[in-house]
Parts: sequence; C-alpha cells; structure tokens
Amino acid sequence: MNPQLTPDGRLRHLLTLDGLPRAILTQILDTAESFMDVGEREVKKVPLLRGKSIFNLFFEPSTRTRTTFEIAAKRLSADVVNLNIATSSQTKGEAILDTVDNLSAMHADMFIVRHSQSGAAHFIARHVAPHISVVNAGDGRHAHPTQGLLDMFTIRRYKGDFHNLTVAIVGDVLHSRVARSQIHALTTLGVPEVRVIGPKTLLPTGVEQMGVKVFHNMEDGLRGCDVVIMLRLQNERMKGALLPSAQEYFKFFGLTTEKLALAKPDAIVMHPGPMNRGVEIDSEVADGPQSVILPQVTYGIAVRMAVMALLAGGASA
Amino acid sequence: MHASLPDANSLIAQLADAIAPTLAPDTFIVGIHTGGVWVAERLHALLKCTQPLGTLDISFYRDDFSRIGLHPQVKPSNLPFDLEGRDILLVDDVLHSGRTVRAAMNELFDYGRPASIRLAVLVDRGGHELPIRPDFVGLTIAVPDHQNINLSRLDDGHLTLSLA
Repeated sequence: MNPQLTPDGRLRHLLTLDGLPRAILTQILDTAESFMDVGEREVKKVPLLRGKSIFNLFFEPSTRTRTTFEIAAKRLSADVVNLNIATSSQTKGEAILDTVDNLSAMHADMFIVRHSQSGAAHFIARHVAPHISVVNAGDGRHAHPTQGLLDMFTIRRYKGDFHNLTVAIVGDVLHSRVARSQIHALTTLGVPEVRVIGPKTLLPTGVEQMGVKVFHNMEDGLRGCDVVIMLRLQNERMKGALLPSAQEYFKFFGLTTEKLALAKPDAIVMHPGPMNRGVEIDSEVADGPQSVILPQVTYGIAVRMAVMALLAGGASA
Repeated sequence: MHASLPDANSLIAQLADAIAPTLAPDTFIVGIHTGGVWVAERLHALLKCTQPLGTLDISFYRDDFSRIGLHPQVKPSNLPFDLEGRDILLVDDVLHSGRTVRAAMNELFDYGRPASIRLAVLVDRGGHELPIRPDFVGLTIAVPDHQNINLSRLDDGHLTLSLA
C-alpha cells in the first residue's frame, strides 16, 4: 500500500511523486490553479487552515523552499513555526523522533521536512499520529515532490498540457532530488519524451529505466525541445573529481543563447534555483524572454497551498 | 422533476422585475458557484447590467472544511472589478442554512469593503441556521430536512428546479 494515500485513495502525506497516480497529481495542479488569484487580492489570505499549526522542520538550510512554504501556510491562515534544526537541538544530540514527539506534544498538525538524508520524511511519516501529515521538502538525493509539482504547474501554464511535449533535464541528475521528482511527474502525466542531458559522471547508471532518453551531447539533446530544465551544479562536485572545472562544464553543458536556439523557438527555460550564473546557465538566458524561472517561484506558493489544503482537509474526520 | 415546482426561468424573470426598480446602475452582480452563477447570468442579462459579472467559489471559506475537506472541483473566484465602496447584489440558487452566504460575504470582504450587499435567491427553502434572509426571493417553500431542492442546467441552457 502507498503510505502517502489513505485507504480511500486520498492524499495522507506527500513524500515522493513516485507512485502517485495521475489523478492525484492533476487534482493538486487544479487546486493550485484556483489558489492562484489569492495572491492578487487585497487580503492575500483564505481561512481554510485557521487554527492549524504547521511546523517547518529544516534540518538542512533552505531559503526559497522554506519561505514559500511559510507564505503558503500563512495565506491559508495556518500558524507557522520555523525550526532550523541544524542550529538548535540536533546540535545538542536530540534524536529526530524526539524532536518530532516534542513538537507533536505542542499540537502540530503538519510537518514540512527538509533533511540531507534520503528517507527522513518517510521515517517521520511512519512515526506520527494519524491526524498529522508530513510533506517532504527535500530529502537527500531522493525526492523534492513540491518542486516537481510546481515545475509541472509551470509547464502546464505555458504549454497547456503534457501530451505533445519534449522535455529536457540538463545537468547534475546524479545528485538531484529535483530531477527524480520531475522525471516521475513528467512520465506519470504523459509527457511522451523526457530527455536527460549531462556528462556520464553526473548521470545515474540505469537512468534509462526511469523512462528517459539519455544524451551526453547537449546540442543533440536540446534539438526540438519544448521545455528545458536546467539543474543546479553544486560547487562541491568540482572537488570530487567528477568534473574538471566550472569553465569547462559551462562550455559543454552551460545553457547559452546559441544552444537554446536549437530547441523550439517557443521553448521555455526553467531552473529550480539557486542558479550558478556562468556555470550551468548564462545570465543572458536566465534573464531572457524564454526564462520562466521567476514565475516558477510564484507558482510554488499556489502549489504548496494546494498540497497543504488537500492534506489538512478532512483530516480530523 | 417535481410537478408542483414552478418554472425556474419564469421565477428568474419575476426576480428581475422585483430587483429592477431598486438597482443602482453601478451595482455589481455576483453569483455563487454553481447554481447561483446560472441565476446571476440570467439576471445580469435581464437587468441589462453594464458592469461585469462576478463569480464566487466559496470552497476556501466553508465552515465544514476540516470535516469534509476541499470540494473536488474548486472553480476560481472571478471578481473583475474593485468592489471597494460599491453596491453588491449577491445571487444564489437556493437559500438553506445560510452558511454558503456567510462564506460568500467573508470572501467578498477579503477583496475590499463594499458599500452594501443585498441577497437575491431563486428559492428560500427554510431551515435557516444563521440570521441571514434574502432581500429578493423568487419562491419561498418549506422543504423538509431530508429533502433537497436543486437547480440544474440542461445542455440547451434551460434551468429546472427539482425536489429529491
């Protein structure tokens, strides 16, 4: 049984997009669409989660994800508590489940969890009381489901639907939880061609089994694409002998105007942030007319509102 | 269809006749999804209202959300005007407990502070649970708690009332 779903098939936790049915993904995207206008109102709030307490448990630093979760929860009228655990009790040696138990004793209704260890959110979800929901906000190399969903939302907003698209994911797929979530979502939603582009050292072995086409040459991979998703190249990869240098990486796998011209003329460029300008993406592209990188951030709020509303609704039945 | 229920379209026409003499020209008409929007669309046309029609989906304001969750098909609210200081005619198909109207008023106030809100309903079926009464009503009928009165729209756009 999928631990993310209730016996009657509703969302119980959001831990990974792997194995979530298309109907649930579509329901989240549709719900997010209806939350889009809340940010435009005089009062940017709806009272859905009034009286609920949401704890942002960030065992690993994050600015954008934590902030957008916080804004999303506040727009739903929830009370939000941010804990940067890297700087609090974990350094005193408190076990993760003790932290969770203590916060549950403070009447938490939902945990948003970011952790450097894959599986941390699953671990917490198995442990919490039945009325508490867990949202994975990124665990190790495993999954980042709300990022994957906001990327799907962005694609749907710009391209209408998923059925005729060619989508390329470019860069460090090996270390990317974002890429894994994107690939699961794109294939579930029926994108006919998903490509991954990167040097052999940065693509996981057997990635073809996820239903993607592999390219080691960026020019070949970009040809005819509707959507180009760039991944962040973490600087620490340079040290581990996976790559010679940032300059050389940019030469082969950095997205420039010239390379982007190989994709379809109306192709959109996405990036989960934070960007390394001049490493995986040229500023001219990042700030250019085909970039939808800032809309992605805005959409992230509506998508996270949708996830939290669907999780919290009916939970106390 | 219940034989004794009047025709929805003639009820809407009567409702429009009752509203017309009191309607300031810059009033905004706002329908509540889904049935209220159908009635509001008709009233908007019959009253020759020149302002854009507003629609509200009150799913995010329901007071039973924590028990039953989000409605499976939430439609976006669409208020293509600034309602600050304006007169609003709020339209719904059936007034029952009054909770939908309460939620709609809460939502309207999140867009601004209207000068006034008046309520027009096609049917007031009784069973009120809140101090909310219509300013304009097409049909007042006492419907027992175990029954529902519904407005539905046929493919040709024809509206019908039914009791189930």
